[in-house]
Amino acid sequence: MIDSGPAGLVASVLESTVRTATPLMLAALGETVSERAGVINIGLEGSIIAGAFFGIVAATAGGVVAGVAGAIAGGVAASAVVAAFVVGVRANQIITGAAVTLLFLGLTGTLYHLLFGAAGSALASPTLAAWRIPLLADTPVVGRALFEQPPTTYLAFFLAPALWWYLRRTHGGLALRAIGENPAAARAAGIHVRRAQALALLFGGALGGLAGGTLVLAQVGTFAEGMSAGRGFIAVAIVVLGRWEPLGVALGALLFGAASALQFVFQALGRPLPYQLFLAFPYALTLAALAVGGRRARAPAHLGKQDVV
Amino acid sequence: MTRARRLWSGASYSAVFIAIAGAILVGILAAAGSQDPSRALAALWNGSLGTSYALFSATLVRATPLLLTGCAVAIAFRAGALNIGAEGQLLVGAAAAAASAQVLAPSLGIATIPAGLLAGIVVGGAWAAVAAQLRRRFGVLEVISTILLNFVALYLVGWLVRGPLQEPLGIYPQSDVLPDVARLPLMMGGTRLHWGFALAIASAIVAWIVLTRTAAGFRIRATGLSPSAAAVAGSIDTERTLARAMMASGALAGLAGAIEVQGVTFALYENLSPGYGYTAIAVALLARLDPLLVIPSAFFFGALEAGAAAMQRDAGVPAVVATVMEATLILLLLAGERLRRRPLVPA
Repeated sequence: MIDSGPAGLVASVLESTVRTATPLMLAALGETVSERAGVINIGLEGSIIAGAFFGIVAATAGGVVAGVAGAIAGGVAASAVVAAFVVGVRANQIITGAAVTLLFLGLTGTLYHLLFGAAGSALASPTLAAWRIPLLADTPVVGRALFEQPPTTYLAFFLAPALWWYLRRTHGGLALRAIGENPAAARAAGIHVRRAQALALLFGGALGGLAGGTLVLAQVGTFAEGMSAGRGFIAVAIVVLGRWEPLGVALGALLFGAASALQFVFQALGRPLPYQLFLAFPYALTLAALAVGGRRARAPAHLGKQDVV
Repeated sequence: MTRARRLWSGASYSAVFIAIAGAILVGILAAAGSQDPSRALAALWNGSLGTSYALFSATLVRATPLLLTGCAVAIAFRAGALNIGAEGQLLVGAAAAAASAQVLAPSLGIATIPAGLLAGIVVGGAWAAVAAQLRRRFGVLEVISTILLNFVALYLVGWLVRGPLQEPLGIYPQSDVLPDVARLPLMMGGTRLHWGFALAIASAIVAWIVLTRTAAGFRIRATGLSPSAAAVAGSIDTERTLARAMMASGALAGLAGAIEVQGVTFALYENLSPGYGYTAIAVALLARLDPLLVIPSAFFFGALEAGAAAMQRDAGVPAVVATVMEATLILLLLAGERLRRRPLVPA
């Protein structure tokens, strides 16, 4: 059923919002867990590109489910490297993350060229089809945006309240938050600080990989070098904007998706603005949002600190 | 420990890390399957240091922007400002030089060259100042803001070369080719080595002098080593020092971009920089954030990237494998820092 007119435009914008927001939400929710444990993972971008590449390679070989598994594995691999240096050796978190991002951007680029030829034969992989929820999907305007999406979108919407509940209401979540605020006290209380931080990083990497997998399997359908395009960094910014709260982070991702969807409004209105403006807009918007919204944010007290337990 | 002994101990560790990273590179090449590793390594050598042409036209030419951006990153890191935005600052500096060449060449003649360099310095510094002010006034982590600004710079250049600065025929996404008066003269006939290389070396020396022999440099180093001590015992305005270090960093990166346009590419286009701003991080870390050591460090990475480009041309190994080696080197240096308990980067 094709809508036309203003209702159709709103529906398209909403659909585009959810589409853009999904990988960001997944990555940002994963990063929330890491940062609550005191580790800032700039290597998240590396997890996303690793997830995209290994996701599509696995999908080409073994179908969509293998693709999702491959994406998660790729993301975990990248964050495992981060964990080895940040938790294992207590190296500088920011530079480690930057190095891991470069490493995986280079690795995926190299492997892509080696495996699929310098001619760049376009990969065509099976894609994740949208799961349509009957009845609800026919709701006017919001129906397709909310109820006819790939499973990864439903996962993202489920994870936001699930992680809120985990952080707030479980012992595990409390332990994690304690590590981020005061690792020495957490250690004294018997919490395994290093193990928890490593697991938090791996979880964040898994979600980052899944975000990359969403990009290739549920959206673009093929791989290109550097296609993560800074989404990992935007996700880190969204964590700040969402005040390190899963629900706030989910909202931030949606707002970001909405802002990116604005270009369709402009196109529909027939205003000829340069294409690069719309490409740059998400990044400029993130900067502006951080400037406006980041001021009163209270980060976990020991976020980014190296000399911890 | 005397300065000489410290340098030697640091150099020997770095040599070990380079050897390990080199071994990893060879491993990657060998694992590249059908390609003959020895042929790839021959291409790597011939393309970087094996012939005098390669040395002067490839290695040193690539080392020039790495020298400047390496110094840029080193200065910022020394102050404790993690400037990951050298790439974007280089791009806007390049854009400024290209734009000033188009606008000023008819009237200024050969003075267009210093005008373009100055434009690159100013615009690069301004680009970094955006991130610096975002940190100072709004508490935005400069890691995030500089990286995001890299993307903005990239798309800005993309718009410029398809819009206001596009070449007259309107076909290609690049600027008009620079007129001869706006180009840096060659240092060595028969090669591509231009006077920008000498300028880069001079800049590194000046940066070292400023950092080690002036009050401003002292403030930078003190702020990086201990912001609280600097503020209390030294009465240093740490936030202002950080902001100025960021601007100086951006200015150097912008200069790198201007020199690239005036001396190598002679035009502005989107893929002007093959990641110089990111390689600069490896350059600076290998040089232990010392501008003088950035000179040999940039030479090493220039050779590596020149060799990687030759490997791609002659042996089909993707040039981006150099990025893998550079990232591995950074990680090894980080691990070594912790194992030796000598901080690589302040804060």
